[in-house]
Amino acid sequence: MLYAILCYHDEDFVGSWSKDQDEAVMKKLAVVQDKLTQQGRLGPVARLLPTTAAATLRKEDPPLVLDGPYAETKEQLLGFYIVDCKNLDDALDVARDLGAANPGGAYEVRPVGVFRPGGISQ
Amino acid sequence: MSEADTAWIETALTSARPQAVGALLRYFRDLDTAEEAFQNACLRALKTWPQNGPPRDPAAWLIMVGRNVAIDEVRRARKQTPLPEDDQAISDLDDAEGALAERLDGSHYRDDILRLMFICCHPQLPATQQIALALRIVSGLTVKQIARAFLVSDAAMEQRITRAKAKVAEAGTPFETPGAVERSERLAGVAAMIYLIFNEGYSASGDTAEIRKPLCEEAIRLARLLLRLFQSEPEIMGLTALILLQHARSAARFAADGTLILLEDQDRSLWNSNMIAEGLALIDKAMRHRRSGPYQIQAAIAALHARASTPEETDWTQIDLLYGALEVVQPSPVVTLNRAVAVSKVRGPQAALDLIEPLAPKLANYFHFYGVRGAFLMQLGRNDEARIAFDRAIALANTSAEAAHIRMHIDRLIRDNQPEGANGNAKQGAKAK
Repeated sequence: MLYAILCYHDEDFVGSWSKDQDEAVMKKLAVVQDKLTQQGRLGPVARLLPTTAAATLRKEDPPLVLDGPYAETKEQLLGFYIVDCKNLDDALDVARDLGAANPGGAYEVRPVGVFRPGGISQ
Repeated sequence: MSEADTAWIETALTSARPQAVGALLRYFRDLDTAEEAFQNACLRALKTWPQNGPPRDPAAWLIMVGRNVAIDEVRRARKQTPLPEDDQAISDLDDAEGALAERLDGSHYRDDILRLMFICCHPQLPATQQIALALRIVSGLTVKQIARAFLVSDAAMEQRITRAKAKVAEAGTPFETPGAVERSERLAGVAAMIYLIFNEGYSASGDTAEIRKPLCEEAIRLARLLLRLFQSEPEIMGLTALILLQHARSAARFAADGTLILLEDQDRSLWNSNMIAEGLALIDKAMRHRRSGPYQIQAAIAALHARASTPEETDWTQIDLLYGALEVVQPSPVVTLNRAVAVSKVRGPQAALDLIEPLAPKLANYFHFYGVRGAFLMQLGRNDEARIAFDRAIALANTSAEAAHIRMHIDRLIRDNQPEGANGNAKQGAKAK
């Protein structure tokens, strides 16, 4: 079963990391990611640019484009992982490992319905 | 307490600071009292957060605690009776109180932060004092850090900030919720101040660029913060895009020996692609509003440079048009001079020279004018006149870096007789008013 692990955090907080702090967090996360990669369980991973760069399309008639992220909450969606897990417990274990590398905020764990790996790389 | 703990708490305090100090300023209506209350709350946080874990909403926690401690002190001073140590009570702030604090402040926090930023750009304060004050009270940098970035002694910076605070206190701060017109005036003032902070770091020479880089980073942080508070303001998008796109080039702007590398000579693989992506997304978003302004136009020019993977791909025709638009909304001889560089690429050096000739009286003491003029003359083969212009430029240079910059123009013109101009110095001439 594929699970999406969605990363939520307070952007003010993450945006206040120094370059060194940011790099240290990414390095710790890379350790967890490498392990998953070796096990052949890691799909696409994305870290999103700040929500200030986001626009939201409300599916009204006609559709309405708004500036900023969809949710006006303190904690925003800042990135996601797609991981192959046996079950929810397994997915939560992965989220725990990632959380140990990057404390604070929350991970939303959601089973994936449709998945197409696509063919782009950055 | 482990080092990781303290680092985490420091970051939380930094990010909560504008909102917390802004709210405390509204309660106490005095900057010093608000700052002191915040400092006290921070001390409590350092004591209790490592034991109890972080509060769900650090800003709300700091506002509550800061307020309570200050009120207790007033009481204590009145009654002269010691109150019991209430760390325990405070550290047990439950979520209900946290939520209450959130409700108290949620409605105000945009204007709180805006007010806090706005008092720093009081028109009576000279620009250097505005910037120093903002970095101290909004960003929470230490006097030592600010002094370092400004290349002055700690004592001189301390004095500068003290003077600025005294002036602000004297001038008084408007505390009522601003109306729409006033809010947009405040926004414009704050945007200009953020741009000043950025330019202070951006205009550093090669040997000080690294020391002054935190100013650019702080300006970006403040711009993003302002944009999060006012998501639909195209000029704030433009400002944020502009400074991101300019800062994206920072790793490519100086050679190892500290000399400035012209835009078209920069190694574009060193440009920061994430910052460029963010800047481009912001300018795209801003343009949808069809409410143009000087920051958006300058960001659009920076975006055209950023989109060109080689200098040859630069869309000079668009850049010419954009500078033309900038001349309309923010006329200045320096903008025209920058436009002339684009004109020289599109319509050749004679057209460019015709455009800048009328500027001579206004820019008689501007070294860049002669550098650009020399370049156009040289392209026209009028080498003797070009040499006179270049010599004048070097005579007018304020710093050795500027002189070196002009010599670089000369060298390259001698070398390959390519068109070149003021755009090599990526600092846009237009200054935010």
